[in-house]
Amino acid sequence: MMELDKDKFKIIGCENADADVIVRPNITYWQDAWRRLKQNKIAMVALVMLCIIIFMCLFGPYLAKYKFSDQDMSLIDKGPSAEHWFGTDNLGRDLFARVWIGGRVSIAIGIVGTLIEILVGCIYGGAAGYFGGLVDDIMMRIVEIIVSIPYMIVVILASIVLGKGIGALIIALCITGWTGIARIIRGQVMQLKESEYVLAARALGASSNRVILKHLIPNTIGEIIVYISFDIPSFIFAEAFLSFIGLGIQPPDTSWGAMASLAQPKFQFYPHELMVPSLAICLTMLSFNLLGDGLRDALDPRLRQ
Amino acid sequence: MFRYILKRLGYMVITMWVVITITFFLMNTLPGNPIEVEMRKLPPQIKKNIMHQYGFDRPIHERYVIYLQNLLKGDMGESISTPGLKARTVIAERFPASARLGLQSVFIGLIIGLVLGILAAFNRNTWIDYLVIGVAILGVSVPNFVIAALLQQFLGGIFPVIGWASKKASWFAGLKYTVLPTIALSFTSIATYARYMRTSVLDVINQDYILTAKSKGVPAVGVVCKHILRNAILPIVTILGPQIASIITGTFIVEMMFSIPGLGQYYVESITNRDYTMIMATTIFFAFLFIASLLVVDLLYTVIDPRIRITGEKR
Repeated sequence: MMELDKDKFKIIGCENADADVIVRPNITYWQDAWRRLKQNKIAMVALVMLCIIIFMCLFGPYLAKYKFSDQDMSLIDKGPSAEHWFGTDNLGRDLFARVWIGGRVSIAIGIVGTLIEILVGCIYGGAAGYFGGLVDDIMMRIVEIIVSIPYMIVVILASIVLGKGIGALIIALCITGWTGIARIIRGQVMQLKESEYVLAARALGASSNRVILKHLIPNTIGEIIVYISFDIPSFIFAEAFLSFIGLGIQPPDTSWGAMASLAQPKFQFYPHELMVPSLAICLTMLSFNLLGDGLRDALDPRLRQ
Repeated sequence: MFRYILKRLGYMVITMWVVITITFFLMNTLPGNPIEVEMRKLPPQIKKNIMHQYGFDRPIHERYVIYLQNLLKGDMGESISTPGLKARTVIAERFPASARLGLQSVFIGLIIGLVLGILAAFNRNTWIDYLVIGVAILGVSVPNFVIAALLQQFLGGIFPVIGWASKKASWFAGLKYTVLPTIALSFTSIATYARYMRTSVLDVINQDYILTAKSKGVPAVGVVCKHILRNAILPIVTILGPQIASIITGTFIVEMMFSIPGLGQYYVESITNRDYTMIMATTIFFAFLFIASLLVVDLLYTVIDPRIRITGEKR
């Protein structure tokens, strides 16, 4: 029998034992996404523009020399001047003050509406995708029927019934809008629930609620954020549309859509009155859309190469 | 295939029923009877007669059944603000203008959008590509009332900004009235189609079967038409449905701004007038249009994508 002494077991060629030491600090998903977003110049410009618009909506009315509802009948339909920076409307109200107050309403509707939609959509889609089978079948049939009802018509009907005002408007806009995100979440959850970490969580005795809330939803958060950035502008759009046909925000409150609606008949004579709210809508939508594109590239792991 | 169509038709009927039911109960449980408000000063007997004529003296479930029966017979009720005016007549008179506008803008939107998308994809990362992306993003960021206003301002000298040809005028004679509204309506569609088509063509170009086709020696035109376009057009068909919806709602604003005697303008008018029967009738009609076009789109999908004919489901 061979003698097995110690020096036969000598360590060779492993001097640099620190080869697998991680040199750079670990970065999380969010840090990585932020790094990618920062590289995307267009998205960053959009983000800055958005910040400026939101900042002005918050503080712009205090910068203006006039209150948004103050009327000055001697200065009707005046173009931009040193006194009224964006001009005045048909009641001599300062457009600079009004456009930021209107922006508050438009953006608030966009954000609140989107949050409600996301909440409902996540719960509904999450449940349908997680439980599968008959529950999923029934829930998705309901969604299918809701989706094939034209969105705007439901919104118009709802706002006729609910009356006018910001709260009613948000409910009207959300009433069927959640189906889009519900479908996305359901698809994601169906895909994710087969993954190993969900199996592990279940094996450890996690309840359905916990699996949905702690494992499935966080893993779909990228999709949700992208959806948010495209959904807020569609709310602003829809609000503008409703206010434009006279179903949205009512005086003395105002929104970008309501301002545009007021200015539209006299556009040929006083173009600035339509251009101010329209430009505000366009810039906000443009920023959200560009930012959404950037976020999709930054957050979607499948696009990374 | 036959079963699939039958199933879709079944869904369509259910959806229509849901829409009708929701519309009916929403409009009829509104606080404040529309007639009550207008007839406040009339003697009670006349008021009673009018209420009877519109059926408001019956309980709501009875009215619902009667409404459904009438709908099946094609009777959609009578206007409240213009007594004697049948909803059916209004729709028959006003729909052709809306339909023309809608069809034209779907057509223009599809053609221009697809061409732009294909051009962008085949010239990736050149100025053409960037231009198309720019147009696409601008198109979804600018509301159509802004586009309509700009068109009226800058092209108003070349084309009429308001009005519509008389009914007797030929298709061609009325064309000049449709130019600006059609552009205003199709702008968003152009942007959406161009964007989707670009992504979709880029997806397809990198597929293995394109390489196979090329290496087999299929001429370039054949590869583009038979392999690339046929496959790339599939995702476009799925967004046709939402696009049709956006065109329908777009007509509300565009018809209003261009003073076109279409159904969309009438719809907005009846909302302002609180003419409940007309709101109901037009809502149901628009919903029917939308649901029917979704059905057509789905059937179109089976024609374009042979895989569906086998499984009966979308990918």
